[in-house]
Amino acid sequence: MVAAAARKIRDGELVFVGMRLPMIAFALAKRTHAPGATGLFENGIIRDTPAPTLLYTMGDPPNLSGATFCGDMISVMSLLQQGRVNVGFLGAAEVDRFGNLNTTWGWRNGEPVRLPGSGGACDIACLAQRTVVILAHDPQRLVARVRHITSPGNGDGGGWRRAHGLPERSGPSAIITTMGVLRFDEDGEAFLASIHPGIHVEEVLRNTGWSLRVADDLIVTPEPSEDELGVIREIDPNHFWTKT
Amino acid sequence: MTGAAVSKIVSMQQAIGEHVPSGSSVLMGAELEQMIPFSAGHEMIRQGRRDLTLVGPISDILFDQMIGAGCVSRVMAAWVGNASSGVGYCFRRAVEHAIPNAIETVDYTNFTLAMALHAAALGLPFLPTYAALGSDLLKSNPNLCEFVSPVNEDRMIAVRALQPDVAIVPVQRADASGNSHLWGNLGVAIDGARASRKVIVVAEEIVSPEVIASDPNRTLIPGFLVAAVVHEPWGSHPAPVQGYYGRDHAFFAEYHEESRKREDFERWLEHWVLSVPSRADYRKRLGESRTTGLRVQEHSFTAPADFGF
Repeated sequence: MVAAAARKIRDGELVFVGMRLPMIAFALAKRTHAPGATGLFENGIIRDTPAPTLLYTMGDPPNLSGATFCGDMISVMSLLQQGRVNVGFLGAAEVDRFGNLNTTWGWRNGEPVRLPGSGGACDIACLAQRTVVILAHDPQRLVARVRHITSPGNGDGGGWRRAHGLPERSGPSAIITTMGVLRFDEDGEAFLASIHPGIHVEEVLRNTGWSLRVADDLIVTPEPSEDELGVIREIDPNHFWTKT
Repeated sequence: MTGAAVSKIVSMQQAIGEHVPSGSSVLMGAELEQMIPFSAGHEMIRQGRRDLTLVGPISDILFDQMIGAGCVSRVMAAWVGNASSGVGYCFRRAVEHAIPNAIETVDYTNFTLAMALHAAALGLPFLPTYAALGSDLLKSNPNLCEFVSPVNEDRMIAVRALQPDVAIVPVQRADASGNSHLWGNLGVAIDGARASRKVIVVAEEIVSPEVIASDPNRTLIPGFLVAAVVHEPWGSHPAPVQGYYGRDHAFFAEYHEESRKREDFERWLEHWVLSVPSRADYRKRLGESRTTGLRVQEHSFTAPADFGF
């Protein structure tokens, strides 16, 4: 999952990194195929080098030390609104067939559960050129329709984003799960583009909350290389974030 | 004695007693995950504040603790929880079951909350943005209003200016008048201080005005905005202060477990807040080995900048 996420970062890009697994993915990309990528953090940090140690939050002292820039939130998030940010990473409690995200309201045993909320996720989903969602593959989490749109994807299909005034060059690009990678077609709906090694298509379909379309040219996600695994182990030796 | 600076240094007890009455709106956690004024929040809990409106983009576990202690009736935030462990259990209990009391939540995104404070800092009634278009936040937050731009006919969001009653801002060092040096990620601290009616600065160190004037680019809060200066080393623990101490990750993980059930949270609150009269006592409770482990292990000083002429 982390290796698949890292591969979504191209060399030289401006990347909104976020928390948790994407922090590892950014560090991995920097040390492998995308040494020229720049990391942006909404608390006001810009980094040309990955932080030297594992981060628990983006405000940990090792993420500030040796940064290229430390300033305020607006000076970093305004880069999103200008359309300069190539890719942003997001997690979510729920994602739906059109890539809309919910991190505000969950549901457990028939009762609503209040989740932490947007943070910067909605801003990134609205304004980054491409957004990549990372979450565990589970029918409770990949749902036909999210209960609350915290962060908009393609709404209810193609054309929805433009109709709501969102920038032309923005929107969901991929959903990376523990089973595969989903991408989006012209009408804004997610389809299965690649499955991770050892996973069967039926398993993916059974664990998705809508009838997921499968690409004609479905591929198997390339396994992480020894180099990539080595870097991941080095960054997160105790598997704090890379449990799966 | 014309122009002599009057010292604004007071104890945390005095600062909260005088400047943060029940019913106030209070900006905290403006620097996001670093420099969160835990000692100020704990003093509000001890002084029994009620009906507070908490304002902050993310607040890590401070807002959760204050909600659990019954100080809060409204939260205006982008994210409320535990940054390294996930949900905030006190926040959940209050929203889902009105325990210990019901709270109103006004959900923002980080950028729209920053814009709300920036608008107030600029003296404007609102600022326009494309962020949050299409989101369900627009249905519940009355301070995010869709409109059509008069200059290009784009659909946009007007973010209403937000002026907290008081901003509580931890800084690395301040002089007695409140002129403050802070460094690291700044989040919404500068706008937050300018937007608020009053500012309380919580300083790790008090320095002379000459130290402040030696590096004016680092003076991010001018003293005339500041109502009170509190000298409180370790005031942000378990959040980090760059150059002073690191983040106590274990404390956040322990709080996550110890706040899962209401009765456990009450024990936590008694142990870490109610039975601890001052920050010095809090440090004793943390213990020497814990604070030693959090101190800066390897200093990294900036290159000097020449202000000579």
